[in-house]
Amino acid sequence: MRSTKYIIGFAAVVCLVCSVVVSGAAVLLKERQTINKQLDQKKKVLGVVSLYEAGEDITPEEINQRFSSNIVPRLVDLKTGKYVQVTAEELASFDQRKARQDPARSAAADANSAKVLRVPNHALVYLLMKGDAVEKLVLPVEGKGLWSTLYGYIALESDTTTIAGLTFYEHGETPGLGGEVDNPSWQALWPGRKAFDGSWKATIDVKKGAAGSVSDDPHNVDGLSGATITSRGVGALLRFWLEEQRFGAYLANFRNQSLTGGQG
Amino acid sequence: MANNKEVVLDPLFNNNPIAVQVLGICSALAVTTKLETSIVMSLAVIAVMMGSNVSVALIRNFIPPSIRIIVQLTIIASLVIVTDQILKAFVYDISKQLSVFVGLIITNCIVMGRAEAFAMQNDAKASMADALGNGFGYSLVLLLVGFFRELFGSGKLLGFTVFPLVNEGGWYQPNGLMVLAPGAFFLIGIFIWFLRWRKPELVTAD
Repeated sequence: MRSTKYIIGFAAVVCLVCSVVVSGAAVLLKERQTINKQLDQKKKVLGVVSLYEAGEDITPEEINQRFSSNIVPRLVDLKTGKYVQVTAEELASFDQRKARQDPARSAAADANSAKVLRVPNHALVYLLMKGDAVEKLVLPVEGKGLWSTLYGYIALESDTTTIAGLTFYEHGETPGLGGEVDNPSWQALWPGRKAFDGSWKATIDVKKGAAGSVSDDPHNVDGLSGATITSRGVGALLRFWLEEQRFGAYLANFRNQSLTGGQG
Repeated sequence: MANNKEVVLDPLFNNNPIAVQVLGICSALAVTTKLETSIVMSLAVIAVMMGSNVSVALIRNFIPPSIRIIVQLTIIASLVIVTDQILKAFVYDISKQLSVFVGLIITNCIVMGRAEAFAMQNDAKASMADALGNGFGYSLVLLLVGFFRELFGSGKLLGFTVFPLVNEGGWYQPNGLMVLAPGAFFLIGIFIWFLRWRKPELVTAD
C-alpha cells in the first residue's frame, strides 16, 4: 500500500506533466488554427459572391489576395443602419459572435421564429466592389435549424432584394438531411430569387416541396427533403435578419444612397 | 505473454474491439458517413491509443492502484486534446466534420479498456503492439462501414463520384438510410454476422 503523500504527489506530477503538454500544444498551434479559421471564413464570403468554387484548388495567398482586392468589410450599426467609423485594426478584430454575447454591445431579441436570443448592435458586412460601386452585399445571418444554430452569409445584389447567393459556414444539422444546406446544387437555387416583396417586407421562404422557377416563384426556394425543420429555420432566419430592426434599415439607407463614408 | 505479432493481429478479427468486444460503437456510427472522416478518425484513435498505452505502460509500476483509473483518464484526455488541436491546425476542414467526435475519443471504451486491461500489466513495447492491433481492428470496421456508407449513401468514394446521382443527372438513387446512423448499425451487424459465420468459435454459447 502506498502512502497518502505518495498518491497525492503522484497525482500532482501527472497533472503537471499533462497540463504542460496540453497548453504547449494549444499555444504552439494557436496561430495556425486562427489562420485556418479566417481563411475558411474568407472562402465562404468569396464563395457566396461566386469568386470561389467549393473544392477549388487555391493557395492561402490567393484567397487573401482575391479577398483583399475585391471585398471591403464594413461595420454597420443595425439601429441606425449607418456605417460605423472604425480603424482597420478594430475592423479586423471585430468578432460579431463575441459582440452578441456582450451585454454592453448587444440587445435581447424579441421572440422570433428564427429563435435568435441576442442581436449585436453592430454587424460586420462585406461589400463586393466593382471599381467604386458596390456590386453585391454580403450579410451575416444566423438562426436555429433542427439541432443547431446555423451561421452563414447571404449575398444580395445592389438592388438589395435580388439574392446572389447563400452559404453556411457552421452548423450541426444531420448530414444528408439538414446538412444538405451545404449542397451546392441546393445553394444554386437561390441566386435570382427576391428577398423582399413590393412593399419591402421580407418574404423569402423555403417551401415544402419544389418551388417554381426564379421568374414564376421568386420568393420561394425548394425545401430540403427529410429536413422540414431545417428548411423552415433557414427561411425564418433569413426573414429575421432582413427585417427592419436588423439589416432592413441599413438596406433602406443603401437603396436611398444616404450612406456616407462608402470607402474607408 | 503472447508474442507481439499475435498481439497485433489478434484484435483484427479474433478479438475485434467493435465486432467482438462491441466497444466504441458510438463513434463508429457517427463519423462513418464518409470514408475520409473514417480514415482521419481511425488515425486519431490509433495515435491516442498508442500514446496512452505506452505512457501508462511506462509508469505502470509507479501508479498507485487506488487512483489508476483517474491517472489513465488524465493521460488519455490530454492526448485527445492535443490530437484535436493538431487536427484543427493541419486538416481544418476535416476537423470541422469530425466536430465533437474527436473530443469523444476520451470516452471511447477501447482506449481506456486497453490501458486498464493491457498496458497496466505489460511493458511499453508490448503495449504499443496491443494499441496498434486494437487501433487497426477499430479502423478496419470504421473503414469498411465508411466505404459502404459513402458509396451507397452518396455514390462517392473519398469525394470522387463513383455512381452518378439522379439529382445530378446520373442514374443512382442514393440510399438515404446509409447516411443516417441506423445505416451503420446494419453494416456493423452484417460485419459481426459475417465474422461469426467464418469463425464459429466466436459465437457465445447460450
